[in-house]
Amino acid sequence: MNDMRQIERAVDMKQTKITARGVQVYYGDNHAIKDVSVEIADKTVTAFIGPSGCGKSTFLRCLNRMNDTISICRVEGDILIDNEDIYDPRVDPVQLRAKVGMVFQKPNPFPKSIYDNVAYGPKIHGLARNKAELDEIVEKALRRGAIWDEVKDRLNAPGTGLSGGQQQRLCIARAVATEPEVLLMDEPCSALDPIATAQVEELIDELRQSYSVVIVTHSMQQAARVSQKTAFFHLGNLVEYGETGEIFTNPEDPRTESYITGRIG
Amino acid sequence: MSALWIALIVLALAAGGYVLGRKRALASVGGNTRHLHSLPSYYGANVAMMAAVPALILLVIWLILQPMVLNRMVAPMIGSVAAGEAGEMSLVMSDVRRVADGLDAAVDQGVLSGAEARDMQSDSTDVRATLSNVGVALGSDVTAETLSAAQRYRALSSTGSLLMTVVVLAVALAGAITATLRTHRDFRARNVVEHGMRVLLIGAACFAILTTLGIVLSLIFNTVKFFNLYPASDYFFGLTWSPSFGGGSSLGILPLLWGTLYISVIALAVAVPIGLFAAIYLSEYATPRIRAFAKPMLEVLAGIPTIVYGLFALLTVGPLLVSVFGEGGFAGVGWMQGGTAVMTAGLVMGIMLIPFVSSLSDDIINAVPQTMRDGSLGLGATKSETVRQVVLPAALPGIVGAILLAASRAIGETMIVVLGAGAAAKLSLNPFEAMTTVTAKIVSQLTGDADFSSPEALVAFALGMTLFVITLGLNIFALWIVRKYREQYE
Ligand SMILES: Nc1ncnc2c1ncn2[C@@H]1O[C@H](COP(=O)(O)OP(=O)(O)OP(=O)(O)O)[C@@H](O)[C@H]1O
Ligand SMILES: [Mg+2]
Repeated sequence: MNDMRQIERAVDMKQTKITARGVQVYYGDNHAIKDVSVEIADKTVTAFIGPSGCGKSTFLRCLNRMNDTISICRVEGDILIDNEDIYDPRVDPVQLRAKVGMVFQKPNPFPKSIYDNVAYGPKIHGLARNKAELDEIVEKALRRGAIWDEVKDRLNAPGTGLSGGQQQRLCIARAVATEPEVLLMDEPCSALDPIATAQVEELIDELRQSYSVVIVTHSMQQAARVSQKTAFFHLGNLVEYGETGEIFTNPEDPRTESYITGRIG
Repeated sequence: MSALWIALIVLALAAGGYVLGRKRALASVGGNTRHLHSLPSYYGANVAMMAAVPALILLVIWLILQPMVLNRMVAPMIGSVAAGEAGEMSLVMSDVRRVADGLDAAVDQGVLSGAEARDMQSDSTDVRATLSNVGVALGSDVTAETLSAAQRYRALSSTGSLLMTVVVLAVALAGAITATLRTHRDFRARNVVEHGMRVLLIGAACFAILTTLGIVLSLIFNTVKFFNLYPASDYFFGLTWSPSFGGGSSLGILPLLWGTLYISVIALAVAVPIGLFAAIYLSEYATPRIRAFAKPMLEVLAGIPTIVYGLFALLTVGPLLVSVFGEGGFAGVGWMQGGTAVMTAGLVMGIMLIPFVSSLSDDIINAVPQTMRDGSLGLGATKSETVRQVVLPAALPGIVGAILLAASRAIGETMIVVLGAGAAAKLSLNPFEAMTTVTAKIVSQLTGDADFSSPEALVAFALGMTLFVITLGLNIFALWIVRKYREQYE
């Protein structure tokens, strides 16, 4: 646990990137997120854990306003990124999502070639001046997504023709290619084998140098391995939030303890 | 006994068989259904099926064949008609049947006794007057030959009907009895019924295919007949269309094809963008409340009969266009001579096709998974970028299919053309001129007293065949596109 404590100290110095205050989310009459307040630091990996259906994905989707696309979904409370309220009418959700990238729980490659899947974001945001630059961006993103070696010979094959795990890594590459400041990852490794998982975890660790990463995971080991901060959700409540080492070794709330020791789930 | 009664009796037998089969199955295991191979209702259904199906099939076949066989048997009695004339022969035979029906009616109404009807002579009785008393009007006096043929026809057909009743009921009874006897605890009634279901479904499919085949064959047959009378090269490459029933007509299809294509292209140019944009608005932008209101509204358009669109073209769109593009119109160009024009029909047909394109495309766009849109929006794409670059490409095969279907409809449309585009077959580039299409000409070739041995009437089949080949080609092309893109996307 020594190295964990070192990380803790490092975390203390980090600035706050995302602040959520009193967030409530309703799907129609279903109150899915109940008064959640949390501060997510810059250049840190924050893990969201909790039993299925507790609202992890819902809260994650609030952070880049993906919930706007669900007509019955209503979000209350304040969410600030870089001290700017993202639900302010002046904020353009499209710009926001370019800044806050997302990898979804289910892989969702576009029905385009592998190359076009990754080039999609950079093209939309004009990140490349010419084809050579775009090629470079695509290659770099695919490498970071730990899938370059598998697809480098068939960049023109359709992305939907890859296996589930390959698709998920393609989606990670696609999200990284737009160079977001915050990356939201909803169970990015649920379909991956241990080797690819290790590669993605390596990527997450690397991304931490420049970005803020929020990852939802059902694997306690993964949360412990990659994150510095952990939030435990239960039935729509944020039960406990703190340094990962602290949460896993010395949880304050009995519910957290039962969950990480495998008694509720 | 009439066929309807026979069918009802067979069905009653089947119903009785159901109850019986069920009871017998239960009896064979002393009421303990667990020892049965199948549920009791299957044993009942098996008996009912065996009773009804073969008997009813036999009944239908008999009903179809009996008149043919009778015709064959009665025909030799009519000697005076020249043997070669197939058309004359069928006219005489239909007279014979009418007289026979009339005699039946007369006997039913008590005007004649059975013996009188059988032995009546045309020289001693005025058959025509007698029959018109019972409501059967004949065109001419009945000759002795026709009368005796009709009498023979009656006699034969009553024997035939009696025979049919006996045979069909016997088959039904036999089926019911064998099935009932076979009913036993170990009999696999469930599988037999399953098999029966399959045969039934195959039968339905075959029926659909066979009727289509029949229609196509008759088309081909008549088309060949046409080409024997009229040179194919003149038909396919002729630049004028001027049929005259007196002979010496030129029947070139090109002006008609040109009119068809011109009108269809204008119609699609109207319907595809508007329909597609409406579909995109409805599926991607509209709130559920607007959608719930607007989609049915749009589909109401699809329910309007095309003749109403035709009236709309004739009374509203045509005059409106003339007032703009006509002599002394707002545009001051004087391109348009009258209300009926390619443009009029094309615009109205386009309006007719809008709901067709939009509602098909809307369904297809809705079928694109939401996760795909989320992926694009999550990368910071706007809604229209998402639609253009992700949703539409994913939906493209379906949309192309929808457009080609709309094209088939445009090509086959008749009423709007008749009322909106006029009847003049012309090869012209001016969209404000009256032209006509293949379908409209098929109608005008067959209305009135058509003589089905002249090329002027038979050309309708050649035109129909041409249309059929074109729409078939379009459909095959649509399938090919859909398959090509599917390979790429899945
Ligand atoms: N689109 C939606 N419409 C209605 N209700 C929803 C929708 N998405 C989620 N919910 C509800 O919100 C609650 C939280 O769902 P959420 O997807 O956030 O759970 P989760 O913690 O991500 O679960 P998991 O670990 O299984 O992914 C659930 O009760 C769910 O039924
Ligand atoms: Mg989830």
